[in-house]
Amino acid sequence: MSVFLQFLFSGLTTGAVYAMVGLGFNIIYNATSIINLAQGEFVVIGGLMMWYFSEAMKLPFFISAILAVASTGLIGLLMERLTIRPVKKSDLLLMIMITIAVSIVLRGILMFKFGKDPYTYAPFTEGEPIHIYGAFIQQQTLWVIGITLFFIILIFLFFNKTMLGKAMKACAVNPVAARITGINVDKMVMLSFVLSAMMGAVAGIAVTPITLMEYDRGPMLAVKGFCAAIMGGLGRGRGSVIGGFIIGILESMTAGYIHSGAKDAVALVIILVILFFKPAGIFGSKTIADLRRF
Amino acid sequence: MLSIINVLSIFFLSFLLFSPVALAKEPFKIGAVLSVTGAASFLGEPEKNTLVMLAEHINSTGGINGIPVEVIIEDSKSDETQAVLAVKKLLEKDKVLAIIGPSTTGETMAVIPIVTNEKTPLISCASASKITEPVKERYWVFKTAPNDYSAVEAMYKYMKGIGITNIGILTITTSYGDAGRAALKDMSGKFGIKILADERYGPKDSDMTTQLTKIKASGAQAIVNWSVGPGQIVVTKNWNTLKLGIPLFQSHGFGSKRNIQLAGKASEGVKVPLGRLVIWDKLADNHPQKPILKKFSTDYETRFKSEPGTFGGHAYDAFMMVVEALKKVGPDKKKIRDYIENNIKNWPGTGGIYNMSANDHCGIDSSAFEMVIVNNGDWQIIK
Repeated sequence: MSVFLQFLFSGLTTGAVYAMVGLGFNIIYNATSIINLAQGEFVVIGGLMMWYFSEAMKLPFFISAILAVASTGLIGLLMERLTIRPVKKSDLLLMIMITIAVSIVLRGILMFKFGKDPYTYAPFTEGEPIHIYGAFIQQQTLWVIGITLFFIILIFLFFNKTMLGKAMKACAVNPVAARITGINVDKMVMLSFVLSAMMGAVAGIAVTPITLMEYDRGPMLAVKGFCAAIMGGLGRGRGSVIGGFIIGILESMTAGYIHSGAKDAVALVIILVILFFKPAGIFGSKTIADLRRF
Repeated sequence: MLSIINVLSIFFLSFLLFSPVALAKEPFKIGAVLSVTGAASFLGEPEKNTLVMLAEHINSTGGINGIPVEVIIEDSKSDETQAVLAVKKLLEKDKVLAIIGPSTTGETMAVIPIVTNEKTPLISCASASKITEPVKERYWVFKTAPNDYSAVEAMYKYMKGIGITNIGILTITTSYGDAGRAALKDMSGKFGIKILADERYGPKDSDMTTQLTKIKASGAQAIVNWSVGPGQIVVTKNWNTLKLGIPLFQSHGFGSKRNIQLAGKASEGVKVPLGRLVIWDKLADNHPQKPILKKFSTDYETRFKSEPGTFGGHAYDAFMMVVEALKKVGPDKKKIRDYIENNIKNWPGTGGIYNMSANDHCGIDSSAFEMVIVNNGDWQIIK
């Protein structure tokens, strides 16, 4: 029992990381239909900036966190202004390519600025891991899960209850129609990049004490987060969270009961099987998916 | 008055005439192929820094017998094809006298046929024993990194001494982990050690509690983790979180103070087989390696603000062997090779005390390692 529970907690820990990264994909996707493959780099920048402000500059926790989120948001803004906006009229696939290019450039800059070593800082709350029926869970994992749940609610409210959120969603579904109704599409696209960069930064700040952070962790985070997002149904906040946890727990159970060498492969096969039966993801609707451009 | 000007002008003219002659001496060219970027950059970066520093030091203190040395460093990008191209370039274009590197086993194996064909000495910084064995086919090839097997041997000897016979191993899915896993398995029979669990993880995995729980459940008396990079910190933290009650052994890749800082209190009690470079300040004053280790470590740290680590040391030893050979026999490839094979005896380097011979082109064994435990945030040699 305690062994099973430990596997489950391990899965929850990795799953929470994937879920948080997955959330970031949804914001840009909801506003632009672009899949931002530099999302992993936003997470890395968030974690490294947090280290820089809290450890290197010795600023208090909350100020460091705000500065880290703000500076990552600024990078999101620059990314949209400098790379997405100039080619806005062109093909969606091209823009996705551009996000790959941006991720490579960002990684290069991070390597020069921070070197190749991993960084970490103290977890949010010090203290012993929590002991439940013979299994242990780190306090930081609970923080990550808590913050993730908080953000799903926040994102849900934003996209469904506020005018700004609804306007943003409209831009993705049909930019021309959105413009006719008086929505400033340019501003919405820009805002979505800033918000998702900030979301990524929050994820980075929360997961760094568990995973450590180094300049080239982005692609792996992006791939796993993207898997979480498509599994749950792209654009669905709770979908990406549940997708993240499913992938994390699948990996952990495979490592526990089959073999740790096979965990990535088995988890990936199960994801493929699920997508085979539900191509739009667990929570995605096929009708909506058909309407989208991508 | 005129005479003074004459004297002065003669003086300055002589300066102009003679100094260029001294500078124009053809420098000794030494090549290096290192994984400065890419997957193995944790090896190539300190190796490159070491060579840059040493070359500057030698040239600022009069060169080798008055002749400056030029080190041409090529980045192999941790890629075998690039390593082969770099070696060809060094041999054909730069006409180097000897080559240091490559940093990894795969790249070294790829370039061995070329240097053998071109009859140029190669001193690899990689660790697999197949680099210098069979020694008859490796006439031109040496290496300064100890064999993977040596670190495992030192660890198993220690385990046997304290009565550990059942272990669980945890290795990273990179070439470093693969080599360690093979060595751990191959050597276990010789020391009567049983591997009850054989777990793995990816280089960017964020939680290893599942694997550790499985190892504990298998009845192992100790966990051995073989990796480099953030994975070893995550394992250490998870091991501490789970309170498994069995010791954690790390590979020599853990040998950097930074790792203790990153893992914090979790690293207390972790046991590691380490080369003496990392723990030079803990050695007795009369230890033959101590003066070299002290100088190299402190020079490197003042210059680059980081530790050279065991890997920087491999480049140091390789370079110093070539320099000593050049000093004694001059720029002749065959003579350099012969000198290293025959005259590097009881030679204290950073990796250990080297004894090269016609049957051993590595020159160090498991005695190059000390078993070390993390105690109060610092290394402590286990007596």
